[in-house]
Amino acid sequence: MGAAIEVRDVTVKFGTVTAVDHASVTVHAGEVFGMLGPNGSGKTTLIRALCGLLPLAEGSARVLGYDVTKEAEKIRAAIGYMSQKFSLYSDLTVRENMEFYTGIYGLSRTVATQRQDELIQLTGLGPYIDRRAGHLSGGWKQRLALVCSLLHRPKLVFLDEPTAGIDPVARRDLWDLLFRLSAQGVTLFVTTHYMDEAERCNRVGYIYLGHMLAEGTPAELKALPGITPPETKRLEIVGPDTSALLEAIRQKPGIHEATIFGQAIHILVDANITARDLGVDSVEGVKVETAEPSLEDVFVTLSRLQSAKGE
Amino acid sequence: MTSMFVRRTTSVARKEVLHLLRDPATLFFALFIPVLELFMLGYAIDMNVRNVRTVIFDQARTQESRTLLRAFETSEDFEVIRSVQTDEALYEAIVKGDAHVGIKIPEDYSRRLQAGQTAQVLILVDGSVSSVAAEAVNVGNALALRESLRMALGDKPLPVESRPRVLFNPDTRSANFFIPGLLVVMCQLMATQLTANAIVKEKMNGTLEQLYMTPVRPWELILGKSVPYLVLTFVEMVGITVLMVIIFRVPIHGAFVTLLAIALPFILTMIGAGLWISAKADTTDAAGQLVMGTVMPSIFLSGYVFPVDSMPVIFQWVAQVVPTTWLIDASRGVILRGAGWRELWPHAAILWSMALGVLAASITKFRKHL
Repeated sequence: MGAAIEVRDVTVKFGTVTAVDHASVTVHAGEVFGMLGPNGSGKTTLIRALCGLLPLAEGSARVLGYDVTKEAEKIRAAIGYMSQKFSLYSDLTVRENMEFYTGIYGLSRTVATQRQDELIQLTGLGPYIDRRAGHLSGGWKQRLALVCSLLHRPKLVFLDEPTAGIDPVARRDLWDLLFRLSAQGVTLFVTTHYMDEAERCNRVGYIYLGHMLAEGTPAELKALPGITPPETKRLEIVGPDTSALLEAIRQKPGIHEATIFGQAIHILVDANITARDLGVDSVEGVKVETAEPSLEDVFVTLSRLQSAKGE
Repeated sequence: MTSMFVRRTTSVARKEVLHLLRDPATLFFALFIPVLELFMLGYAIDMNVRNVRTVIFDQARTQESRTLLRAFETSEDFEVIRSVQTDEALYEAIVKGDAHVGIKIPEDYSRRLQAGQTAQVLILVDGSVSSVAAEAVNVGNALALRESLRMALGDKPLPVESRPRVLFNPDTRSANFFIPGLLVVMCQLMATQLTANAIVKEKMNGTLEQLYMTPVRPWELILGKSVPYLVLTFVEMVGITVLMVIIFRVPIHGAFVTLLAIALPFILTMIGAGLWISAKADTTDAAGQLVMGTVMPSIFLSGYVFPVDSMPVIFQWVAQVVPTTWLIDASRGVILRGAGWRELWPHAAILWSMALGVLAASITKFRKHL
């Protein structure tokens, strides 16, 4: 099986509002696919449509070979889903939550027990097994949610912002877990706002206001022709007072983009612009270097180009 | 496939029982409030009018006037709290709420009697408490009539005598009238409220969204959730009945099993109503308001408190489509009148058709909101 998800020219509407507009995307079996895009750009809507919960206004989509419109029940039996919000039962213990979902997926008692043990082993939930889910910390809650979405051995798991609002260590642990699953052959479709998470994905898609703007490996996206157009270059300026610098730089001619990244400013400028043109060559402690576009640069540029097209 | 259905449904039911056990507050209120209401209605509320506080103003002060007043005093319906000496004081006592009835015997009472004229007695009645007023007027008339007859007939027997015999509730006790209805209203409240809350809570917590992503079918979810509440409602029904028999001494003249059987479609109707509410409401507060919105008309239109027969015709029609009307009638039928299937099968038939209609409508509505 080549593609775990195949979306062809799909449009999803809520009344007169178009939430997803002629989007196409392919997720290969076994890969970790990262879906990025601002809030309200259609990520969650797309997932819901792929689970057969929203009708397609146009286009067609297949998930694990099943048609989204005709075989939604088969899809829901074969996929896992973990939402951005903790959506398990706080008043039930870890074990009871697991048992509930094994029942919901119709697993027999022996299969259920074996699978629960496996996943407890994998996630380290063992010590918390009899604790109420509501009393777990954010990271453990997300692990439990992941476990509950994996009980029926899904071939594909949708994770809708799984790391939103959990601490960095828990975030890293969860990603380690995701890669272990990926190694077992599970396809992962992950939405996220974190660029470092996007960088770790095998392939990435970018959706903006319902439009799929790009799809590919992080390297492919950075090399897209529109990102650093001919006759332009990308520079990184590192200096002490970045906000003041940014204000000054934005006034200069030949600047296409200027964005702060922590201690640095990333700019897209005409190819002939020098540090002297920017007026920063004489400022103490400021360094200017040529830079590769980051994924964030890619998304900022794609969004800007799309907005310009719309106007 | 059947085994899948059974696994999914029992899994939902099991979880729902766990929720109930983990939330003692809900369970406590669900079971305690009905018992509290039972004691309130059984002990405190007495629809029969007794010991109405009465003020008297005897202007005549004669043998005859005292005889008449004694008739009022000994009637159990009136309790004379004091005598006053002016019309103003009599009126004032009622306005202040000290008394609901004022009796004035005018100065010429005995004189007119002796002259063979009609002697008048003024009975002031506080109309702000309508049931007391009606009763006071009736009893006042009856006492005056009896005095008149006694004087007119002397020792001769009454030419016509009415001998009322009240069937089924010979003492006309309020408890016998109220508790069979309370039984029904409490079951309605519980079944509707618990079902609505159970689903709205999942909506609020996002767990419903999660369930939609699984292979569980809407009606498996609904069935799994309903069964525990159905059982709990029956437990409550039996519980109230046991208290009714033991503590309030209301005897059951028919077969209680018949009533339970007729209650099944009623409770299903109410679970359907709860489902419908849960599709509309996004918070448990909103659901609570909607539940009260369905319960209030049921209380007022079902004959639970006010007899259907005395309602305006249009409300009598409305009462026929309120499910509560039918089960309250069946409840009083079984408990008080000893009715059985022969008399009550139409009730069961009507309630089953209501149950199927409401359940079908709410499951459709529920699915649409996926």
